Order: sequence, then C-alpha cells, then structure tokens
Amino acid sequence: MALDKEGIAKRIAKELKNGYYVNLGIGIPTLVANYVPEGLQLEFQSENGVLGMGPFPIAGQEDADLINAGKQTITTLAGASFFDSSTSFGMIRGRHIDLSVLGAMQVDQSGAIANWKIPGKLVKGMGGAMDLVASAENIIVAMMHTDRKGNSKLKSKCSLPLTGVACVKRVVTNLAVIDITYEGFYLKERAPQVEVEEIIQATEGLLIVPNQVPEMILD
Amino acid sequence: MITKTVPNVSSALEGIQSGMTLMLGGFGLCGIPENLIKTIAKSPLKDFTCISANVGVDDFGLGLLFQHKKIKTMIGSYVGENAEFERQMLSNEIEVVLTPMGTLAEKCRAAQMGIPAFYTPAGYGTEVAEGKEVRSFHSKKYILEEAYQADFALIKAWKGDHAGNLIFRGTAKNFNSVMCGAAKNTVVEVEELLPPGELDPNQIHTPGIFVDRIFEGTSYEKRIENLTLKTL
Repeated sequence: MALDKEGIAKRIAKELKNGYYVNLGIGIPTLVANYVPEGLQLEFQSENGVLGMGPFPIAGQEDADLINAGKQTITTLAGASFFDSSTSFGMIRGRHIDLSVLGAMQVDQSGAIANWKIPGKLVKGMGGAMDLVASAENIIVAMMHTDRKGNSKLKSKCSLPLTGVACVKRVVTNLAVIDITYEGFYLKERAPQVEVEEIIQATEGLLIVPNQVPEMILD
Repeated sequence: MITKTVPNVSSALEGIQSGMTLMLGGFGLCGIPENLIKTIAKSPLKDFTCISANVGVDDFGLGLLFQHKKIKTMIGSYVGENAEFERQMLSNEIEVVLTPMGTLAEKCRAAQMGIPAFYTPAGYGTEVAEGKEVRSFHSKKYILEEAYQADFALIKAWKGDHAGNLIFRGTAKNFNSVMCGAAKNTVVEVEELLPPGELDPNQIHTPGIFVDRIFEGTSYEKRIENLTLKTL
C-alpha cells in the first residue's frame, strides 16, 4: 500500500543519526520531527536563526520573537541558540548541517531539483531553498511520486525552473526510496505491498531495478 | 563615549529622500522596525528600492509601504502572504528581484564588512546565475555575488544603549544584525534604550560603531503572523 505523508515522514526519520544537526523544510519534511527515534541526540535548525528548536508552544506561551522559517510560533529546548541570518546560512553553506529534508515539485536522475517556481503561476520566491540544496552535505527529498494529474515527479530532466543541480542524494516518496547514482535513479526500497512494476510505471526517468527490492521498514 | 541617541523617529530619519535604497531588518513580522516603517508610510517620500527578506502582510510591516505605494523596486527572497504586493507585482507597478535568502544575508554582511563581492554555490545552474561570473573552486561551481549598496539600514533591536550597542532577542536577530553598518546610515529603534554602563559589554551582539542613530520606539505591536499552538 502506498504511504501517506506521515508514512513518508516515518521512513525519513529512519535516516536520522545520533549527533545530527537537521534542517526540515515546510510540508512533509516538518512531520519528520514527530518520529525521531528514541535515544538519539539531535538538534533541529530553522534558517531564520535558531538551533535546538522545540515543539509548538502551549496557548499563552507564544512569543512574537520566537518563530520558525514557516513563521510559526515555536519553543526552544535546553541547549538551544539564536543567531543572525548570515550565520544561519553559514551553517548550511559551510556544511555544518548534516541533513536537509525538503519537498519538491520535480527531481531528475542527475540529482537536479525544481521546487520554487511554476511558469505562468504566481511566484513566491525561493527563500532559503537554493542555499540549502547547493550546500547541504546530505539532501533528502520528501514528496509524492506523482503529481495530482498522475504525472511522474521523478524525471529524466526537470522541466520546471531549477532550484539546484546535482544535489539530491535520495528521494523518499509514497511508493519508494530511490537513490540518485551516476547511472540514474536506483530503486532501493519499496513501500509495503507496493509492486516494483507500479514504481517503474510511476517513474519517468531512468530507473535501475535490482533483483531484490526490500520493503521499507517503518516501525 | 560617542552618543548615538536621537530624540524620536523623525530625527532618526533625517536625510532620507525619495528614490533611496533602504535595507529593512526582520523575517516575516519578527524583528521589524515598526516605528520607522509607519513613519515612512505616512511621509510624502516614495520610489524606494527596498532590500528585505520578506514583504510583510497587507496591513502590517513592509506591507504598509506597499499599501502607500512607496516602493519602486523590491529585492527580497520569499514574497508570499501579501495580496497588495502580489497585485503590484502582477500589474508591473513594481520591479521584483528574487534572491536566495542566504545570498541576500551575505550581500548585507559583505557590505557591512567591506567585502565588495563573494562566491556562493547557491543558485548555480539556475536562473539566478544568469549573467553572473561562474568559477570553480575544488571542483565545485560558484557564482559571484556583489555586496549591496544602500542609503539607509532600518533596524529593530530589543535593547540598546546611548553608545548604540545592541542586544537582539530570539529569532528577531535575523537580518537586523547583518544590516547594521551595511548602509551609509544605520538607524536603530529599540524596545528599551538604556544609559551607558547598563548593558554588559560581554553580552553585546552588535557594537555601537555599526550604528549611527538610536532611539526608543513606542507602541510595539509585535504581531504574530502564524500562531501555531501545541495540540494537547
């Protein structure tokens, strides 16, 4: 069965390792924070200037001076720190952030990503996405395998304006975990009870399929 | 000690003229110079080029300057959540330059630190790189970005003293501290202005040398754009 958004977040949470500094984008990536494995020491960064971000505040505890990159009110955990925007993007550009998870409209087999602009539609700007994809040590894309019309979002070449080139290492979708290799997309895992054939059908770019494709382990 | 205090917002803005380039601190509605923005919105001045991460909301923050048609060119990074801005952009009343947020921050910091330009990987291979020099370092590609040149930096800090030393609070530091000293005139409004000696020199985030004028703001609204609470 194809995963829902929570399922995608659960699978990505398996990628978290002890000691990681992690930046989560808006949308599915934000949900990853709900599934941090027990016993791991890690810190979430928000690019507007905080490390050690905690959960949303309870009513009455909200603070206008304390928000995340989605402009939502947040709290901080013990060990947190605040810094300016230049320092924040220095953490990203300088590869001090270990993992960046973000959403996308398209990813292609060369590791290019498009997630900020659709020609003819209202453009809201790239925000920090171009800095993140150009710099993060390890970028995982969280997205649905196809768009609402059923078109594949895993392309041979992105058709939308790019956010960055040769940067995505891994994509986790509702159907599969796919790595980006020099040869193209490589099918690493499939969602529980999803057939390999369905994943091949939903992938427009070149997909390398090994003989054995294990099911994702979520819990 | 060199005193940077001015009595009020009008004297803080002395010398500002139509057509100038302004930097405005803040991310979303967090850490925005509320008093300075309101005063410019009410003034007869116009045709500004504004450098700021975002564009506020319709009736608050930078949104007030769009509402009063004060802006000719907007240099920003994420420009959603403001209908009047969208209208002016789509009808070509304003020019909009979109910049990766880390590049925008660094173009401010470069201006602050006397660095004319720098190489960054952000935007390489995208439309942001069009017309810009590309260079390889250690087999990775970078594009050349130049420091901003601005007339006024409009800054909001939490606490300051008469010498212009500043302390920011929480995520309201954002672009404020990197814009101090990045323009010909740096004007700062603070929630609390203290006599010299009241702030511990060990705790200063921005030293007063980067500040030209400082005053205590009034009637802070500190509006929350996206109140999100924990569901129990």
